Amino acid sequence: MEFKTILFYALSAILVLAALCVVTARNPVHSALFLVLSFVTSAALWILLKAEFLAIVLVLVYVGAVMVLFLFVVMMLDLDLDKMRRGLRQSLWVAVPVGLLIVFEMSAVLLRGFWSPDAQVPTNASNIGTTRELGKVIFTQYVFAFEIAAAVLLVAMIAAVALTWRRRRDARYNDISAALRVRREDRIRLVSMKAETEAAEHAMDETEGGRQ
Amino acid sequence: MTLSHFLILGAILFAIAIVGIFLNRKNLLILLMSIELMLLAVNMNFVAFSHYLGDAAGQVFVFFILTVAAAETAIGLAILVVLFRNLSSINVEDLDSLKG
Repeated sequence: MEFKTILFYALSAILVLAALCVVTARNPVHSALFLVLSFVTSAALWILLKAEFLAIVLVLVYVGAVMVLFLFVVMMLDLDLDKMRRGLRQSLWVAVPVGLLIVFEMSAVLLRGFWSPDAQVPTNASNIGTTRELGKVIFTQYVFAFEIAAAVLLVAMIAAVALTWRRRRDARYNDISAALRVRREDRIRLVSMKAETEAAEHAMDETEGGRQ
Repeated sequence: MTLSHFLILGAILFAIAIVGIFLNRKNLLILLMSIELMLLAVNMNFVAFSHYLGDAAGQVFVFFILTVAAAETAIGLAILVVLFRNLSSINVEDLDSLKG
């Protein structure tokens, strides 16, 4: 057996086991870490396919950014894990047959179309995964899609900030712009009224005395 | 190591992700992780086809899928955090009212 094939089998075994652990782990932190393992393993598999740029992007963007975000969120939440895992046995009886069915269906469909025991990799494929070749295609043929991808990332960033933005209601703070904006008329009201005289005061005293 | 090896690996990975959605249907966080696994399986197929058919377009599409998946994860986790603030739970069964 060729060395690459042995490497492929070893890496895919790790990948499948890590993926199984992601969906069955008791603790979400463990699931996130196993997901990191599966991403790193598939990056290695992509390097076997000579997709160097994508493998590095997978490690940098996914493991470096997205999975760290996942871990932050997992640690921020205070989860009731026992309640979440209740009824797992019953769903197992549905999940396993559905999963096996999907494996067989996809294998059957894909293998019928692409079964070729000794397929030759095209000769021009040797440099396809390199950053240079990928950049050529992205910045010529797919340049508009690339711009739209940039816009999608910007929208996602703003949406994430806007969704989680909140002002604390229990914190006391000065609203400086409101303090500067205030005018004299808002605070003081001058009322014109009749000046008070001696006789009026005397009459008031009398009425109070009468009441007692 | 042929194309069909990678296709079967992708199929297994996708099936594991679907099994994960069935198993953890109460935990929104693991659901998001299962979606990530599905996208990984799809990307695996794209990269394998790109290599064995000698076409760089497949890898460009993987690039775009990674972009969209990162955006989806960021927004999904933001919604999850807001949800947890309001309900103190991420159990899918608690999300049965339209009015937040």
